[in-house]
Amino acid sequence: MIVAEQKPIEEIKGFLAGHKRVLLLGCGTCVTVCLAGGEREVATLAPVLRMAADLDVPESTIERQCDAEFFDAVKQQIESCDAILSMACGVGVQMAAKIFSDKPVYPALNTMFCGTNDAAGQWSENCLACGDCKLGVFGGVCPVTRCSKSLSNGPCGGSVNGMCEVDPDNTECGWQLIYDRLKTLGKLDVLADNPEPKDWSKTHDGGPRKLSREDIAGL
Amino acid sequence: MIETKYKSGSSLEKILVAGTFAVTAELGPPKSADLDVIKEKAEILSGLVDAVNITDNQTAIVRVSSIAVAKLALDMGIEPIMQMTCRDRNRLAMQSDILGAYLMGIRNILCLTGDHQCFGNHPTAKNVFDLDSIQLISMVADMRDAGIFASGEQIKNSRKAEVKPPKMFIGAAANPFADPFEFRVVRLQKKINAGVDFIQTQCIYDMERFEAWMEQVRSRNLHKKCKILAGVTPFKSAPMARYMRDKVAGVSVPDYYIERMQKAKDAKAEGVEICVEQINRLREIEGVAGVHIMAIEWEQIVPRIIEKAGLKSR
Repeated sequence: MIVAEQKPIEEIKGFLAGHKRVLLLGCGTCVTVCLAGGEREVATLAPVLRMAADLDVPESTIERQCDAEFFDAVKQQIESCDAILSMACGVGVQMAAKIFSDKPVYPALNTMFCGTNDAAGQWSENCLACGDCKLGVFGGVCPVTRCSKSLSNGPCGGSVNGMCEVDPDNTECGWQLIYDRLKTLGKLDVLADNPEPKDWSKTHDGGPRKLSREDIAGL
Repeated sequence: MIETKYKSGSSLEKILVAGTFAVTAELGPPKSADLDVIKEKAEILSGLVDAVNITDNQTAIVRVSSIAVAKLALDMGIEPIMQMTCRDRNRLAMQSDILGAYLMGIRNILCLTGDHQCFGNHPTAKNVFDLDSIQLISMVADMRDAGIFASGEQIKNSRKAEVKPPKMFIGAAANPFADPFEFRVVRLQKKINAGVDFIQTQCIYDMERFEAWMEQVRSRNLHKKCKILAGVTPFKSAPMARYMRDKVAGVSVPDYYIERMQKAKDAKAEGVEICVEQINRLREIEGVAGVHIMAIEWEQIVPRIIEKAGLKSR
């Protein structure tokens, strides 16, 4: 899922200065699951803003802010507001801004990464969406995301006791994880090969990416 | 007389091919536009060692560029080994810099991944890591041997022009002490497969572990496929020895060295003594083609180490 966290309240209040009535709009998908911008977080943040910023703050949460159709449910409500504070990820914020082109839309969250929920209140990044998945080669552990330097031929000299020198207390060395997995699977010979330089044009380095599928477009 | 065909023709290559025990040192460029610092360090090392590594924004701290200092060192009579990390440049910048360095007379390159920027003085910078060190080795070897860029295009100025490749003697680092230990020699093999000519190791204190690694190297015959220079770093003080043990990832310092440094009346002399002992032991190991003395911000001690180790009259 997409993992996000709420921005500092002072930053949010800064956005809202000068506004009178702001729709606080939650999203029912990823940010609900990671407890950052769902119905519950909307209900918590709204009274804080009403008190602190002296605002009218109507609340609403739609199923997904990354899909235009779900905004129909709040169109009327938005008419009476002079801005939207979106509690979605950056994708949802942009969709809201596109649909309500004459209203200011502000983000209440910082979008962090695509990751897993490891334990209560713990998430970690696992996928950079590089567009060319090599998990099949590397034992199901992503070198692009899990290695601090995205090395194709790790681990580097900074791998000690299974941890990465960049953050030895919290971050495992992705390449140690790859090594351990391949050892378990009896596939260590894979690491003797030298992979070609990565084709970064399939990532964001090639520009904002689009996907169009004819098989679905016709439906 | 049989003429040897060299890959790059660099002095370092000739020395290593001849089988002479090589000595290299390091020159860290200054953090300001201060030519005097470079001159002082170059004067100490000129004529003393076979080649000198010019570090590339080491520990991710901005310094005078390795290419510029390599050229300055060359003009001061030093055979430079230009270090190049993958942290700050993509494949375009690297290839362009290699072409430029070659035209300025630089013939040795050390291909490194590079320290993460979080350790340096610009921790909020974006890193590059377009390639990693092994892919960089491959790229430099392809430029030299196949006359092609990373894209596969020939290195020539127009369709009809002649191919004019940069011919570099290609080095890389090896760390026998990082984890996982059993993978370390595989990683060396990967660098050899990529086309590396010489290796300089991380600084060695734990001689047993280094010898165990060299045994693996010899069992794969890797010491015959590239020249291995063993890295040493003299301790300047007991706190430095402790720092190396506790804070530097991938460096293993046995406690008995810490004790020796703590007990010593003259810590600097003891540091030199330990370093000379290490060099003498390393020279006895089959497959070690030379030593790389990394006297970090202590270049002035290198002459004494070389003299005491009996390497002056090589």
